[in-house]
Amino acid sequence: MSQLNAVEARHAVKAFGQGDNAVRALNDVSVEIRKGEFFTLLGPSGCGKTTLLRLIAGFEMPTSGTILLEGADITYLPPNKRPVNTVFQSYALFPHLTVAQNIGFGLEMQGRPKAEVKATVDRMLALVKLEAMAGRKTSQLSGGQQQRVALARALAPSPKVLLLDEPLSALDLKLRREMQSELKRLQTETGITFIFVTHDQEEALTMSDRIGVMSAGKLQQVGTPREIYTRPLNRFVASFIGETNFVPATSDGSTLTVAGGYQMPAPAATKSGAVTVTVRPEQVKLTPTAEPGTLPATVRGVVYMGTDMNYQLHLADGTEIEACVVSDVTGEAALAAGQTVGVTFTPGSLQVLED
Amino acid sequence: MAIKTFSVSTLPGFTATAVIVFVALYLPILTLVAYSFNASQSVAIWGGFSWDWYIKAWNNDAVKDATVRSLLIAVCAAVISTAVATMAALGTTRRKAFKGQTFIYVMINQPLMVPEIVTAVSLLILFGMVKQVTGIQGIGYVIFAHAAFCIPFAYLPIRARLEGMDLTLETAAADLYASPWQTFRHVTLPILLPGVIAGAMLAFVISLDDVVITEFTKSGGQDTLPTYMLGQMRRQLTPEINAISSMLLALTIVLLTAFFLLTRKND
Amino acid sequence: MSAAEEAQAAQSVRNGWLLSTPALVILTLFAVGPLLIVVVYSFLAPGQYGNVEWKLSLDGWRGILWTKDIFDDTYGLADANVTIFWRSIKLSILTTVLTFAVGFPTAWFIATRPAKSRALWLFLITIPFWTNLLIRTYAINEVIRNEGLLNTVLIKLGLISEPLRIIYTDTAVFIGMAYVYLPLMVLPLFAAIDRFDMRLLEAAYDLYASRMQVLRRVILPIVKPGIIAGSILVFVPSLGAYVTPRVLGGGKQMMIGNFIDLQFGQGRNWPLGAALSLTLLIIVTAALLIYVKYANRDVSNGH
Repeated sequence: MSQLNAVEARHAVKAFGQGDNAVRALNDVSVEIRKGEFFTLLGPSGCGKTTLLRLIAGFEMPTSGTILLEGADITYLPPNKRPVNTVFQSYALFPHLTVAQNIGFGLEMQGRPKAEVKATVDRMLALVKLEAMAGRKTSQLSGGQQQRVALARALAPSPKVLLLDEPLSALDLKLRREMQSELKRLQTETGITFIFVTHDQEEALTMSDRIGVMSAGKLQQVGTPREIYTRPLNRFVASFIGETNFVPATSDGSTLTVAGGYQMPAPAATKSGAVTVTVRPEQVKLTPTAEPGTLPATVRGVVYMGTDMNYQLHLADGTEIEACVVSDVTGEAALAAGQTVGVTFTPGSLQVLED
Repeated sequence: MAIKTFSVSTLPGFTATAVIVFVALYLPILTLVAYSFNASQSVAIWGGFSWDWYIKAWNNDAVKDATVRSLLIAVCAAVISTAVATMAALGTTRRKAFKGQTFIYVMINQPLMVPEIVTAVSLLILFGMVKQVTGIQGIGYVIFAHAAFCIPFAYLPIRARLEGMDLTLETAAADLYASPWQTFRHVTLPILLPGVIAGAMLAFVISLDDVVITEFTKSGGQDTLPTYMLGQMRRQLTPEINAISSMLLALTIVLLTAFFLLTRKND
Repeated sequence: MSAAEEAQAAQSVRNGWLLSTPALVILTLFAVGPLLIVVVYSFLAPGQYGNVEWKLSLDGWRGILWTKDIFDDTYGLADANVTIFWRSIKLSILTTVLTFAVGFPTAWFIATRPAKSRALWLFLITIPFWTNLLIRTYAINEVIRNEGLLNTVLIKLGLISEPLRIIYTDTAVFIGMAYVYLPLMVLPLFAAIDRFDMRLLEAAYDLYASRMQVLRRVILPIVKPGIIAGSILVFVPSLGAYVTPRVLGGGKQMMIGNFIDLQFGQGRNWPLGAALSLTLLIIVTAALLIYVKYANRDVSNGH
């Protein structure tokens, strides 16, 4: 089974420091990353995503646990013996070498024949569209160009897995957008498994086949971007990705009563008792009056946001939620602060959280 | 009417003092150089311009002998101290602080903390004993004495360079299939090289300039240029000393300028 | 930690020591080790023709300040030695004070130059720093000797008729030391002032401080670590000076360094020389320890 996986981590633990001061950067993380997929590790800084990447690259050894590459145990294999390459956050381009020498470095270290090195370097230069820069020193390149050299250098030895450690964080917004589609293109063209680390949820949603959301050294949820966005398992995942509302609810196993008034069928396997549900602001629907079957709410504030209008609402049970409604042509608010409105939710948009 | 502008960084009398200091620093050196071109036999009277003292110094076998010895000692001391300082710098940086690291720092910087005269007499005693016991003579004693006190001077620029070096570069090399040795050979060393050269040059200049330790560790007939000059100063003074000094000064300035350019270019 | 992590950490420490070993060996043999022999020698009796006799004696240490009366074997204070110690300490302090007084404005001047010319000014301070000490001492000799530049100019101007006798006096040694050690004061002061945030001056002037108040209340307290570093860097080598007092003091105005030298030469009292060396070393170490203490305190106060 594990032959289908490019990389697998089993119960990986990484502690820094000793005794009482020990900090668990990774706390029992198990994950399977499939061959040929674009997998993103997403989480805030310090969540352990870079540590997991470094364990896969071989720059660190786990305190306990196992790392497998295509089914083989590589936990203690030094980085120079792993067919895995990294694109570093700081690029780490060798300042004393030219662009071409940087790209050919890995192949030369492997002792490949000169002709092969040259051919591969030329192919890589074409792939990242830097043919004209081959002889330049890396310090003479722009940020985006350096980024592409770092990519080409890591791809040149045809690794089984390419690790990317927040490679776009140093670029400005426009360049970052360009590089996102560029990365996606390279991944499709080469068919190499990409493991991409980022703290930018938008980047993760647009580029990935699957996302692993991490927090506090633990993997919170793994799934496709759609699953992560629409079916967050817990409070952290729901709030880290996009804007959301948390609403208290009670469940008797078959019916869910939200915020003390609104009733809907409970999803399968919902536990009985008090639960928290989450709903995205754009799934909150408003009616101008509190009709029966809706939750009555008072409009607390109205914010004009261009394409959308944002309403802050106060529910009868005291819960504060936000609703996001597409603006009409005039940009006039349909509802005014102080007004009482009725709240409903798009069917199926409510997600019951695990915690 | 001119308006006197207020500059926050100006303090009264500071600029004037600084100018006087620079004049006072260079006036004696320029005087020394000027007198090296004095045609007169005495250092006291200006007798017109002449290259005579340079020619005389050039043809003076004792000076030639001392110069060759000075250069030999400085080259050997610089090579030895730079080699061991490079290794020590690699050993004491870019790894987690370990027990005993402070001890290594103190040992390496010891020559900077102990007055030269104290080191000099301690070596005088040690070498006296060794010579008596083994009967071995030679310039090696002076070379190793120099190598020892040159180590901190070679170590500091190398360590600074290493600490300024992006550790990720070595990680990147390992990621790209370089073995530890290949990483050192193809990444660390080329990037470190300016620091090593700077360290070697400092060690060379420090060795070349040394008077006190050489004076106490040399055997008869092992004068270096500075100890030869010190000996001459005890006797009569002729502008020949000025000529020798000026040449040594020129060499120092050339080396320093090279060092200056070398360290600046790589910032 | 897992076994593999521990093995890796141990390997790293082992490599650290291994790489440092050649340097440590050379330093042990030719710098630190010999000092231990000096300690041993300081407790031996002097040999008749120099060197030592291998029998225990405290005369070396006693001889630092006391001298045995030739007639009745009682000990009295050795006036000559006291004079030499006093001269060494006095001249070293004076040198430190003078180099600070003129070095601070110089460092300030360099640090406030535009970035481009600053490197050049700094280079101009560095050249004398790296120039042979003997040459610099000799250069001062050229200026202050009886027929030197200073006297020649003063006589030509008719200000004096007889040359000023400066050479071979304490003043000559003082001028010489201040001259040769000045860069050691300017460089750390510059480093401290260079880090100084000039916007603080704007803030101080904005809050009604006068120039003198700004200097005393803002600048000096902030650059204090540089002042201490510069003072130590000047004071320590001044105290152990050998070349400058020898050339400019003419063998009469001895300092501790020359006095030590004397014991190993004409004095033929190696144990006294050894004890004097250690005394000098102890004073210097004490000064360095004070420096470390102050430097650390300043760091901890800064945060």
